Amino acid sequence: MSLWEYANPVKFIRTTDKVLPWIWALAGVSLVVGLIWGFFFTPNDFRQGSTVKIIYIHVPSALMAINAWLMMLVASLIWIVRRHHVSALAARAAAPVGAVMTVIALATGAFWGQPMWGTWWAWDPRLTSFLILFLFYLGYMALWSAIENDDTAADLTSILCLVGSVFAILSRYAVNFWNQGLHQGATLSLDKEENISDVFWFPLLVCIAGFVLLFIALVFLRTQTEIRARRTRALLAREGQA
Amino acid sequence: MSALLLRDLVLSIRAGGGFGLGLAFFLIVTVLVPFGVGPQTDLLARIAPGILWIGALLACLLSLDRILALDWEDGTLDLLATAPLPVESIVTVKALAHWITTGLPLVLAAPVLGVLLSLPLPAYQWVVISLALGTPALSVIGTFGAALTVGLKRGGLLMSLLVLPLYVPTLIFGAEVARRGAEGLTVQTPLLLLAGISFGVIALLPFASAAVLRINLR
Amino acid sequence: MVLAVRDLAVTRGGMAILEGVSFDLSPGEALVLRGPNGVGKTTLLRSVAGLQPVEAGTVTGAEDQMAYAGHSDGLKAMLSVTENLKFWASVFAVKDIESALHSFDLIELRNRMAGTLSAGQKRRLGLARLMVTGRPIWVLDEPTVSLDVASVALFAEAVRGHLRSGGSALMATHIDLGLEEARVLDLTPFKASPRARHMDEAFL
Repeated sequence: MSLWEYANPVKFIRTTDKVLPWIWALAGVSLVVGLIWGFFFTPNDFRQGSTVKIIYIHVPSALMAINAWLMMLVASLIWIVRRHHVSALAARAAAPVGAVMTVIALATGAFWGQPMWGTWWAWDPRLTSFLILFLFYLGYMALWSAIENDDTAADLTSILCLVGSVFAILSRYAVNFWNQGLHQGATLSLDKEENISDVFWFPLLVCIAGFVLLFIALVFLRTQTEIRARRTRALLAREGQA
Repeated sequence: MSALLLRDLVLSIRAGGGFGLGLAFFLIVTVLVPFGVGPQTDLLARIAPGILWIGALLACLLSLDRILALDWEDGTLDLLATAPLPVESIVTVKALAHWITTGLPLVLAAPVLGVLLSLPLPAYQWVVISLALGTPALSVIGTFGAALTVGLKRGGLLMSLLVLPLYVPTLIFGAEVARRGAEGLTVQTPLLLLAGISFGVIALLPFASAAVLRINLR
Repeated sequence: MVLAVRDLAVTRGGMAILEGVSFDLSPGEALVLRGPNGVGKTTLLRSVAGLQPVEAGTVTGAEDQMAYAGHSDGLKAMLSVTENLKFWASVFAVKDIESALHSFDLIELRNRMAGTLSAGQKRRLGLARLMVTGRPIWVLDEPTVSLDVASVALFAEAVRGHLRSGGSALMATHIDLGLEEARVLDLTPFKASPRARHMDEAFL
């Protein structure tokens, strides 16, 4: 059986219907466990005090903000190359989720930055890049909703996603060049030396897993909704009423 | 192709709006800035390179929807699509015409407006050089935005939302060249990066613009 | 060059409107499409012209051989009649615009701005554009809109001349052009039964 079979809308709905309750449950458990563990059972940082605990929301949401765009990029490529409708609709479904993740990352960053840096906002490269990423999400969603024809909208937004990705990377480097920032280095890095200590690390991993699962659940649900909306229109067309 | 370029240039002279409007807008933005931030010469001199870049960028943005919308409305784009011109060359010529009618006048006007903002003397050449290198990229990126939104009613606002984030790298490097030039620092790195973005965009983006225009024409 | 349309199906706004349309158009022939409003004449012509994708079937022989004239003439108000024609002539790498001006009685208007022309005069200029394309297959959508009787006669004469020189014409029109040699194809029998587009079938 090929993976592409799930690109059939009906098959996609049937399969995701089966797994969705499990994903919801796992996401809920991971988030509850991770957040309670992180908030109440980890020590305060010796410099940052209890404010450091916002990391359990900030880092996972920031990760998902970027990963959601990457997922949209992959889905757009699949639509352009193989023209599977589910792929285009999944990209459309992921955009608002990614945008909300970006807002959460920016907002928690502001709450964290206020006590730490003494300011809600600084034109730090990382912060600025996320703000620009948010603008890309807005444009992408606006283009989807502005075009009536579904396939035209899918084609145009896919190309916008490709071009936007290139420009987002360019912007990231440009912003780095433009201002050296306040932001601390990566919390997660393959270089183990730079990582935070294990006490913070394990609850953070659980939180990240929770956010990933939550994202998958939301995208599945929203894709199902998009598919059903298309199905309704197709049924109306078949009866000559559209 | 040269016929299309020539026609676009003639039209923008005769119909007005091409050369004039963008320049007038650039002038007004530059005049408004001192009203907003105050008339202190040292403050104006410090922000002048950035203001000139922002003004040029906005003036460019203002005229983007004319690149393709007029030809769309009167059916010319449909007819051009059936003509022996590749769509890639149509969007390239359109971007070139936009640069000649909008970008080039902005480059030439920038030093004059620099006087109003007490632009420091060493900055003049770098403002002009950075704009000359950067405005072609603005036109080409803008043509992509225009091609994306060409069929839409009230597409102008949406186009601004789509195009402005794409302008970020060009603006950053362009304004950085002008700012460093004003402060007498070395400009080589941002200048090379700006040139890289411009040439990269000119070489590659017309293919994306042509793809979206084809999709919008069907 | 023979234009061959086989089993063509077209959609408009996500609805199938025509299916199973087949015809041939050989050099020297004219084919007039008939049918009530909304049957899909414009959509069919745009599909033949390659301006929109077909749902099913094939169109062969049209690419780079065809000149399309739709509802809009693609004229620039701020260019003169001559300049408008010259532009299209140079796009299609054709030198001579005089015979086109002459055929559609535009000689006296040649230096007027296109924006100052009446609707009928604009239409004549739009049709004159066909003659400077040098393309053998004319695809015309309601070419006689806003034309008076005399202008229709001019147009019919131009089509006749085009057919005589080995060209062909596919057009949608309601009025009789007096082209005895033209075949007529009524599109009403090809009306598609209501159904979703091919693309949407996966959703059902």
